Amino acid sequence: MTIKLGNLNRRRFMGQSALLGLAATSATGLFAPEARAEEPKRGGHLKLGLNGGATTDVLDTATYSGAVLFVIGKTWGDTLVESHPETGEALPALAESWTSSADAVEWTFKIRKGVKFHDGKELTTADCVQSIKRHTDEQSKSGALGLLRSIKAVEEKAGDLVVTLTEGNSDLPLILTDYHLIIQPNGGFDNPTAAIGTGPYKLTNYQAGVRATFEKNKDDWRSDRGFVDSVELIVMNDTTARIAALASGQVHFINAVEPKTVSLLERAPTVEILRTAGKGFYCFLAFCDTAPFDNNDLRLALKYAIDRQAILDRVLGGYGTLGNDYPVTNNYALAPEGIEQRMYDPEKAAFHYKKSGHSGPIQLRTSEAAFAGAVDAAVLYQESAKKAGIVLDVKREPDDGYWTNVWNVQPFCASYWGGRPTQDSRYTTSFVSSAEWNDTRFKRPDFDQLLAQARAELDKDKRKEMYKTLALMVRDEGGIILPVFNDYLNASTKNLKGYVNDIGNDTSNGYVASRVWFDA
Amino acid sequence: MSASTETTKAPAQPLSTPASKPDGNPLLRLILKRLGLSAVLLFAVSLMISGGIEALPGDFATTYLGQSATPEAVENIRKDLGLDRPWAERYLSWLGGIAHGDFGTSWASRNSVGEQIANRLGNSLFLAFFAALISVPLSITLGMVAVQFRDRWPDKIVSLASLAAISLPEFFIGYLLILFFAVKLGIATFPATVYDGMGVMDRLSAIALPVATLVLVVLAHMMRMTRAAILNVMSSPYIETAELKGLGAWRIIAHHAAPNAVSPVVNVVALNLAYLVVGVVVVEVVFVYPGIGQYMVDAVKVRDMPVVQACGLIFAAFYILLNMAADMIAIIANPRLRHPR
Repeated sequence: MTIKLGNLNRRRFMGQSALLGLAATSATGLFAPEARAEEPKRGGHLKLGLNGGATTDVLDTATYSGAVLFVIGKTWGDTLVESHPETGEALPALAESWTSSADAVEWTFKIRKGVKFHDGKELTTADCVQSIKRHTDEQSKSGALGLLRSIKAVEEKAGDLVVTLTEGNSDLPLILTDYHLIIQPNGGFDNPTAAIGTGPYKLTNYQAGVRATFEKNKDDWRSDRGFVDSVELIVMNDTTARIAALASGQVHFINAVEPKTVSLLERAPTVEILRTAGKGFYCFLAFCDTAPFDNNDLRLALKYAIDRQAILDRVLGGYGTLGNDYPVTNNYALAPEGIEQRMYDPEKAAFHYKKSGHSGPIQLRTSEAAFAGAVDAAVLYQESAKKAGIVLDVKREPDDGYWTNVWNVQPFCASYWGGRPTQDSRYTTSFVSSAEWNDTRFKRPDFDQLLAQARAELDKDKRKEMYKTLALMVRDEGGIILPVFNDYLNASTKNLKGYVNDIGNDTSNGYVASRVWFDA
Repeated sequence: MSASTETTKAPAQPLSTPASKPDGNPLLRLILKRLGLSAVLLFAVSLMISGGIEALPGDFATTYLGQSATPEAVENIRKDLGLDRPWAERYLSWLGGIAHGDFGTSWASRNSVGEQIANRLGNSLFLAFFAALISVPLSITLGMVAVQFRDRWPDKIVSLASLAAISLPEFFIGYLLILFFAVKLGIATFPATVYDGMGVMDRLSAIALPVATLVLVVLAHMMRMTRAAILNVMSSPYIETAELKGLGAWRIIAHHAAPNAVSPVVNVVALNLAYLVVGVVVVEVVFVYPGIGQYMVDAVKVRDMPVVQACGLIFAAFYILLNMAADMIAIIANPRLRHPR
């Protein structure tokens, strides 16, 4: 999307409006009318060259992981709810509308009428009920199982889908945007890998880890998407191959552009870089219950001892935003505002370090498996900490088995987290006392209680205030040292229009194929 | 592969086939013996692969789910696949399947391993066939040219160019070819992805660049070996004798030099052919070509044991068979090896 505002292109404007502290919503007001002024053209064969696929990939939505399956799913399937690309709010999709009880425990979703699956069958409420059930029953191996744990019952009542939760959760609609929860005929119980859905394209051919092809779904229930005639997705796990394919015009869109190569790629006359601020972050995790990290002064010392700007510039090439030691950015709905940015401060670090009474080297484990550049980041951290008198002993671990043997096992290590649909699910995943992935051993009953309260609160202003308190607790007392959020970097040929910088997730929240069109 | 090193030196130390039994075809007996040894070797390979994967950190359930593994999901997968059984039991049941010609099903995709491999191996063989079709005759011809013009400029050019090609890593050659022929000139097809239902001409055009890369990679090795082997033989006293007794050049090469030079050349050709089939995963990745190498690497990443085992066995079988074929050709070409002293 190249909307010119004087000499400012969209990307630069987004960057500057973020600097000015403009909320995402106010920027939307400026873009939207012009974005819609350009009428999408139909037709053409779209080719995507994507990183993140393997021959071990399976079409069963419950097993989806990795960028390729993420995009494939969003191309053939629909979820009940979608999220607004610029504000992150819940938008109706296969669910036309919804209401909840005052305590946010019982939710009623009205299912859209007249929607057809690719095999010609009409979508029913029963299909939706079964789809959600397949991801929540005990035998499920679904990647969404963790998100849906609070679902007590899913049933059809008077033609509507009714979800009953074990506790109030005002975020339920957003949880249902998860990419595993694609609605399939009879929930996919009969044939989970059939890839029959209600999306803008029908899957015509699939070879795991190699290629997938799609043709336009002529009976699509929406007219504002699916502009090209056919889509071809080629798995390209090699960075150079992706760049060469895009530069030579053999594909129209690639993902996972490395920050290092952005400046080179920008010089190619036919290529446009697509940069979207992301929700994922790079971090160093310390166990709050293990010596020496059980001392909050030591944790604060470690937080002041990291040079965030250096990591942003050198590891991410500037393509990211500074982190503030809590896992939320402005990309989340109801993101906290007015929290002071923590910067590199060797003096404060030295002060807290002294106060903690600790001496001797601290072992920091890292590996390229944690995130690309994690070893470099750890060494930069080591250098900046040295100026505060803190000795970090960087130990490089093997990439294989890092998530099993180091992360969430060793008391201080590098890690990565992707985005979650809501602040609540972000904190629930790894910050509540009972979370399996509480990778900082942050166990605070008052935090858990406030989070549960915020979850059931339907008043937005009150919730926002609660989320600010939660963020401050993690920032000032937690075990997470969060220097940067990484941007999503993609690239396309210049004649490809309609790409939306969706704050939800990478590759326009997976909707790249259904949103783009060719400007001949 | 110990068998091949044994026979590279064959002209000096002939194979020790038992001379006490002059009856029966010695060649046939040798083939049967080698086949028997191959089976033992394959069994040992499967044992090593299985043990090796067992020793890697993390099992299939945890690596497949990665960071998003929940204890329940891991448990569900382990139970499903029987990963809770002891290693020996799992290995034996897999071996039982193999004995019936059943490679089992992939843990990750739940598809038949045999079917998937047939497809991937077909792609790899397709690529290897065309690479070999060009590189083997070309390298032997160039080797002979180098001998003919020994120490003169054609020899020097061939040597220099082949040394340069062998010094560059294969991915770098691949990138160079992509840069010039696909990006700058726009005359070659890239990516080289082939798929079911693709026309033969499209396929051939798709593999042009990877084939060119592979030819450049293996050319030097075979060319230099050909040159060295012929030069070595040509400097032997019996060639001089043949020249002195007035034989024509053609007769000397065909009857006296060639049989003794064939053995090392065939061996190096076999080694390179095996490499073309099983060792080109880097080229597959660079050119986005769906060969068997990439398939195995993906499987190793998630510890998908049945796939890794099947690929490993096929790779080992290729090496063993090609080496055996090389030895047989050497023996047929050189009667001296058939009748050891």
